[in-house]
Amino acid sequence: MKNNFFTYTKKQCGDLIKNIYSNKVVLMFLILCIFGISTTGKPLTYTVTEVFTRFSRNSFLVLALIIPVLAGLGLNFGIVVGAMAAQIAIFFVVYWEFTGITGLLLCLLLSTPIAILFGYLVGVLYNKTKGAEMITGMVLAFFADGLYQLLFLFILGGIIPINNETLMIAGGVGVKNTIDLTGNLKYSLDNISMLLLVRTFLIVFFIVLFANLLIHKNEKGRTGQIIKLVLVPIAFGITFVPFISDFMGTDRLLLLDAITIACVAAILYAVVKLISIRLVNKDKETDINRFIAIIIVAIIFYALTYVPAIFQITLAVHLPVCTYAAIIFICAFNRWLLSTRLGQNMRTVGQSRTVANSAGINVNKTRIIAMCLSTVLASWGQIIYLQNLGTFSTYGAHTMVGQYAIAALLVGGASVQMANNKQAVLGVILFHTLFVVAPLSASNLFGSSLIGEYFRVFVCYGVIALSLAMHAWKTVKKPEKAKDNK
Amino acid sequence: MNKHIKNIYQSIGLPRLIIFAFFILVVFAAGSYQMDVVSLMSNVLRRWGMFGILVLAMVPSIQCGNGPNFGVSLGIVCGLFGALISIELNIANLSIFANNKTLGAWVSLLFAIALSAAIAWFVGMGYGVLLNRVKGSEMTVSTYVGFSVIAFMNILWATLPFQSGDIKWPIGGEGARNTISLESSFSEILNKTGAITVGNPETGLFIPTGLLLFFFLFCFIIYLFLKSKTGIAMSAAGANPNFATASGIHVNKMRIIGTALSTCLGAIGIITYAQAFGFLQMYNAALNMGFSCVAAILIGGASTTRAKISHVIIGTFLFQGLLVVALPVANQTLSGTDLSDIMRMIISNGIILYALTKAKGGAANEE
Repeated sequence: MKNNFFTYTKKQCGDLIKNIYSNKVVLMFLILCIFGISTTGKPLTYTVTEVFTRFSRNSFLVLALIIPVLAGLGLNFGIVVGAMAAQIAIFFVVYWEFTGITGLLLCLLLSTPIAILFGYLVGVLYNKTKGAEMITGMVLAFFADGLYQLLFLFILGGIIPINNETLMIAGGVGVKNTIDLTGNLKYSLDNISMLLLVRTFLIVFFIVLFANLLIHKNEKGRTGQIIKLVLVPIAFGITFVPFISDFMGTDRLLLLDAITIACVAAILYAVVKLISIRLVNKDKETDINRFIAIIIVAIIFYALTYVPAIFQITLAVHLPVCTYAAIIFICAFNRWLLSTRLGQNMRTVGQSRTVANSAGINVNKTRIIAMCLSTVLASWGQIIYLQNLGTFSTYGAHTMVGQYAIAALLVGGASVQMANNKQAVLGVILFHTLFVVAPLSASNLFGSSLIGEYFRVFVCYGVIALSLAMHAWKTVKKPEKAKDNK
Repeated sequence: MNKHIKNIYQSIGLPRLIIFAFFILVVFAAGSYQMDVVSLMSNVLRRWGMFGILVLAMVPSIQCGNGPNFGVSLGIVCGLFGALISIELNIANLSIFANNKTLGAWVSLLFAIALSAAIAWFVGMGYGVLLNRVKGSEMTVSTYVGFSVIAFMNILWATLPFQSGDIKWPIGGEGARNTISLESSFSEILNKTGAITVGNPETGLFIPTGLLLFFFLFCFIIYLFLKSKTGIAMSAAGANPNFATASGIHVNKMRIIGTALSTCLGAIGIITYAQAFGFLQMYNAALNMGFSCVAAILIGGASTTRAKISHVIIGTFLFQGLLVVALPVANQTLSGTDLSDIMRMIISNGIILYALTKAKGGAANEE
């Protein structure tokens, strides 16, 4: 048994190292990041706090890129269009003077139909330029930027009358360069308390369970469902216990608490699984090494927080719970989508349009749906980004969205044809670490932060160019190999 | 008769007809707004020559099968580098040219062109090797290669130890400034050569003869090249690689020549542009120049797979003319606002999108 577990661990570690080695881009960025962190001349706490802030801001946008990659549309430079949809919604919400959660919900409500429309149009355009989606997306981003500026500089105020002196340029035609979101939308998502989140989640879960029970009346496993149905109200009741409701009443979670909770949850999950496999089901065949590994990793992680340097960091970082919940939700959504029929169709289309077509899949429709999903997610991502940033630069907020998100995804080891949640998360961490440390290190080493700024822009463009070139190279090589084999 | 008209219509194409009609319309609109149409026209002529060679750089790239060269910024940075060296060495003000400023300016311009073209040729060959490896997605790759080269050169511009007072920041600090005046070197030397002013010397139509002749000269050279043995082989390699291989043409070599030539023209083009403009624009100014050039040749009637010299001449004239004339008109109609950049963005990128949807080739017809 013990021997067995050892071999399992060895194999996993070996796979990990092999993975890192085969992903040279990731390795290179890891080295760059470590070098950068060690030369910033600022305490580690500062860097880590910055990276966590940027992570919560940007992850959603990067995760919005995954669906088009799977559907064979390549890296979707058209998410800029989604960001524009979000910005149009935000402008009107600010203009109508909605604030807080209401404003946020209205933003989501407004931006979604706009994003669906935009996504549909982009999808139709991509269908006309099959095989050249990426260059189309790039040009489209610039084209859409022109239309967006036309809207914000001339149509708003010029054609649609807008009477608001703080938003409009003196004279009444055109929107000002920056819109301050402080006091209306800033932190509207970040500041939602855990209590509200958990309660809403439990209520929704309860309704879903109840409906499920009513619809599928005579099926097996009813007892399990009824137990869940009873457990949910109890959990709901627990949130009213003073100690817990005090703890959960806050909107930010200390990293230390978050690690503790995550570790405990992981251990509990593993133990419950172990018990259910070995003791309840008496199943000797199923592999349990995974769960033992989870427990050990969780314990090691928890133990690490006792290292003084790490302890300091965990006390300094406060996580906005709701934003992280949204990121986890979108990761789960991406996974769930792949298990559905639609997700499988997308994969098939991504592999080969000819095969998909002969299998009876409507290729064009599937691609348009993928684009709509991606655009909607991008618009939500942009709302999350702007509510966290707090200032909405009307004409600049969207311009680099596509580039940065794509570069982050590629840094995580994704390619034009393959991308998953893990790569996106890893990519965001690495890319934004470099983003934080590059100017600091450069000013520390060369005495000019400008070089660092240029360097990070170069890295952003360079990594995209490199991975596009690598991808194209591989696709050219493949047919040649196939020819040789014949 | 009907068929004849249809033929003409098809050879011109709908987008060009629309744009040409629009151009005529705005010229009349400018006249009706009591604008100085003559000075607008001199401006159109100046910009025509200014952008011409940059747009011409697209021709070899399209003809050899690489599609429009979005990575022309590679040539542009070579051109900037050559011009910087020419200023740094202060060639225009050497003692031998003390009596003849014009000669000095000419020598410094030609030195910049020769140096940057030589660098660009080698850079372009390397770039061509890269593009040969990524057949089928040249446009995507070249866009990002162009972007990353600009970003990389930004680092260099900011760190290279320039000594010339024209290049350095006036208050000290390292690196080149954002815009470098060419006043003391070759500013407007081509424009002034043989320039004619039709009508009143102050307000009449200014024709930059030297600039336009220089542009047409390069058009003619490229035309001759395309008619030469190598040029025809290159076009064949671009049009049908399999057929070209079967006829004994070394396709990859032809593509490298095309790319190198395109990069060279990009370098020469930016120097021509800078001398007409009077300033060298460093750093991110060249970032989106590639897009304007691609748009101009596409407006002229080229597709992403075929281009002719006439497309360059017509396209640059229409594109720049439209920008120059339409903007004041638009500003007049929508009083007190500045549409210039927005118009440029919408027109240039819209026309590229249109051309992309019309492109038949590559992976587009896989189904």
